[in-house]
Amino acid sequence: MSEAVEGLPFEQPASFAFTPEYLAKAQAQIAKYPEGRQASAVLPLLDLAQRQNDNWLPRAAMDHVAHLLGMAPIRVYEVATFYTMFNLRPVGQHLFQICTTTPCWLRGSDQVVEACRKKLGVGIGQTTPDGKFSLMEVECLGACVNAPIIQVNDDFYEDLDGPSTEALIDALSRGEKPPMGSVKGRQTSAPEHAQKTLLEVPERSAPGTQAGAGDRNAE
Amino acid sequence: MLSDKDRIFTNLYGQRDWHLPGALSRGDWDGTKELVLKGRDWIINEMKNSGLRGRGGAGFPTGLKWSFMPKESKQPCYLVVNADESEPGTCKDRDIIRHDPQKLIEGCLLASVAMGAHTAYIYIRGEFVNEAHRLNEAVQEAYAAGLIGKNACGSGYDFDLYVHRGAGAYICGEETALLESLEGRKGQPRLKPPFPANSGLYGCPTTVNNVESIAVAPTILRRGASWFAGIGRPKNEGTKVFCISGHVEKPCNVEEAMGIPLRELIETHAGGVRGGWDNLLAIIPGGSSVPCIPKSICDTVLMDFDALREVKSGLGTAAVIVMDKSTDIIKAIARLAKFYKHESCGQCTPCREGTGWMWRVMERMVKGHATVEEIDMLLEVSFEIEGHTICALGDAAAWPIQGLIRHFRPEMEKRILEYRASAPRAA
Repeated sequence: MSEAVEGLPFEQPASFAFTPEYLAKAQAQIAKYPEGRQASAVLPLLDLAQRQNDNWLPRAAMDHVAHLLGMAPIRVYEVATFYTMFNLRPVGQHLFQICTTTPCWLRGSDQVVEACRKKLGVGIGQTTPDGKFSLMEVECLGACVNAPIIQVNDDFYEDLDGPSTEALIDALSRGEKPPMGSVKGRQTSAPEHAQKTLLEVPERSAPGTQAGAGDRNAE
Repeated sequence: MLSDKDRIFTNLYGQRDWHLPGALSRGDWDGTKELVLKGRDWIINEMKNSGLRGRGGAGFPTGLKWSFMPKESKQPCYLVVNADESEPGTCKDRDIIRHDPQKLIEGCLLASVAMGAHTAYIYIRGEFVNEAHRLNEAVQEAYAAGLIGKNACGSGYDFDLYVHRGAGAYICGEETALLESLEGRKGQPRLKPPFPANSGLYGCPTTVNNVESIAVAPTILRRGASWFAGIGRPKNEGTKVFCISGHVEKPCNVEEAMGIPLRELIETHAGGVRGGWDNLLAIIPGGSSVPCIPKSICDTVLMDFDALREVKSGLGTAAVIVMDKSTDIIKAIARLAKFYKHESCGQCTPCREGTGWMWRVMERMVKGHATVEEIDMLLEVSFEIEGHTICALGDAAAWPIQGLIRHFRPEMEKRILEYRASAPRAA
């Protein structure tokens, strides 16, 4: 997909190649599939290329992936333009993918979008002039009982409302990385303070203990 | 209420250790070798007797599906697990993957034994980056412990498992689109037949199952088909993870018995409808693709495949989207129409053109900028899309609109009359 975010002026780089580190990762991906079926690795390799290239996928990277996998470049372009997670032009450092599908909308995604607009001064499909934030509307992210949700790059921020969205933007602007998951500190998908099942364990484990910690910290 | 001892997903909320030692302490991988050694016929028979119906939405009997795999094949056979969870309202597989991943991995081994597969792929949606990391880590833990890999669990059965991340496309939840995507192409569904059991991944016999269907298998095989079949109603047996979102006091996921009354499900686990049960307008009971049902039906309906089919809706993925009386239901359904327009793969004309057309008409219906006759036209067009496409996305786009017109037509007409009354008249 792709052109969903307008950005700053940019140029397609003339060439692209995986760094040794990324090449090793790419080879590990290719090894998952049977001999002669390397094309199966096209999504993982495009993802790696995008990660190496500041979260966008230049044409030269598609050509590089096509070459590595023995695919016709057009087949790779087809894939890169079909799937929504490939950014075909540069995006801001923090790519806000705001879910507005019905379950998030029912829980107030309009207020989340409005908070982003107000705080950042740009609309959906735009990037702030300093290149720090891009706003994008996305379809259902699959965390609906924690709606509304924004996915910032890889991480989900859940149970948002207007003020907590503004607080999230403030924290990111200061260079902090707030813990992902529920911004209310809710235990994942459990009913907040109303859990009636699986009660033989404490409702919320103390911070730092093995249980519970994994969901709130980046891995 | 289902008792905790009958719950399969004992770490649904991630309050305990998801790593292998924690999973072992909750009973995962207990006696797996013996289950493998009982062989494919025994496994398939137990699954059939358990009454498990596929948890991805269609509700096809899981044991029967496994039995379609060829007994003897010169080609390799594959299990592919559908973790492309993208149906609006649905977020259960995510919890299984991040909190109980070993149940899924053990299920992959047992299902693969049942279908003669030595390789399985789990196709997880691209947005679940952190969940995919965790699943990968859990797979590596299982390999390191000898539970999968060469001579899995010491059973003599070789089994490899790989995690494959998608890149953003709802359509890849359709099983043949998923296979196309896994082969490195655009996710466009294939014509059936041939069915994947004959010609699936790389043209080899393949079965595609939902995460939940696979993850419940080890517990069913350990505790026995009769235990699972003893929960719920005939032909709708077992437990199910429900996702309750929208206008409830406490949105949540919860594992409950199939056939639980919808009202009891919401009032017991989700704190009830916001503002009380009488403030309920309508519910989409099984993910965005199934028609909504008004409060009068919600009052008494049971949450299983057959009960919801009787009221012209469906259990789908058991994603319960609750809408209270403050909801503009026309707008809620119009937003779903936009979703399907966005997610249509573009292959079949009725879907590619029809989803966009329906969305545009729905946007006018939201304002009331339409004629009453156009409601009939919208309904008619929805029937022209339904059943006329390669995959079920066309049906899924049509059903929410059909449900809206079936139950809320007076609301739509009222909106049109109000718009007319307020609009400036042409001279």
